[in-house]
Amino acid sequence: MLEAAVFYTLAVLILGLGILVISARSAVHSVLFLVVNFLLVAILYVTLSAQFVAVIQVLVYAGGIVVLYLFVVMLVSLKRAPEQHADTRRLGVTGAVLAGAVLLEVIGIVVSGAARSDAPAGARGAGVPEAISDPMLNTEQIGWVLYTEYLIPFEVASMLLLVAMIGAIVLAKKNL
Amino acid sequence: MLEITPLHYTALSAALFIIGVIGVLVRRNIIIIFMSIELILNAVNINLVALSSQLQNLVGQVFVVFVIAVAAAEAAVGLGIIIAFYRNKETVNIDEMSLMRW
Repeated sequence: MLEAAVFYTLAVLILGLGILVISARSAVHSVLFLVVNFLLVAILYVTLSAQFVAVIQVLVYAGGIVVLYLFVVMLVSLKRAPEQHADTRRLGVTGAVLAGAVLLEVIGIVVSGAARSDAPAGARGAGVPEAISDPMLNTEQIGWVLYTEYLIPFEVASMLLLVAMIGAIVLAKKNL
Repeated sequence: MLEITPLHYTALSAALFIIGVIGVLVRRNIIIIFMSIELILNAVNINLVALSSQLQNLVGQVFVVFVIAVAAAEAAVGLGIIIAFYRNKETVNIDEMSLMRW
């Protein structure tokens, strides 16, 4: 029941955001919808107990590829000067609120970390390995398959990334 | 209906795939076409992960890692091409990209 509710919620959100990605008027909005879409797909992977793929999805897609897209959108399609549509006072308030939230989070982490280090050493270690043993196993098994059975495809993929990196530099550089 | 089977994930994947294809066909901004391609690759990944966890076979998830690597390479080279093209032609509209049309 819960599984079905989670799946349908994620499915509706993923498809809705996909539609928004291709229908948004501004390319910047498209990229932002795409980030949320990728994060929701990562949650879907977690519900399928594919934790390693979920982490890779967040790191590579939401963290790397989307930032690349955002850079290109900013470089290419903004015709207006940034000052023209920036309300500096509202931006200042937003920035202050966000900075305050981050400060609260850091304080919370420090306080909870201090509270945890007060606990006796036996209580700290207990229970944690069981809680995270499943994702460890998933990652471990994927690593095992990747580095034994699929070692040569793995090397080919790394060569592909190297070639793509060199190609992107050659393409983007003005005069080599 | 309430039991989630691999068919549900496949249906979700197919729908996301179709959304990506529609984006490729309909939009004229090449950056959004690239984003639609990323949506298509994501649809494929959902399919692979769902069937991998259904069949209890990790090869699907290993393949997803390869797909993500290829997607990263594709994004880097493609966006490099867009930057190089924009530097010459000042446009990202694919209707004006007829340089290599026969």
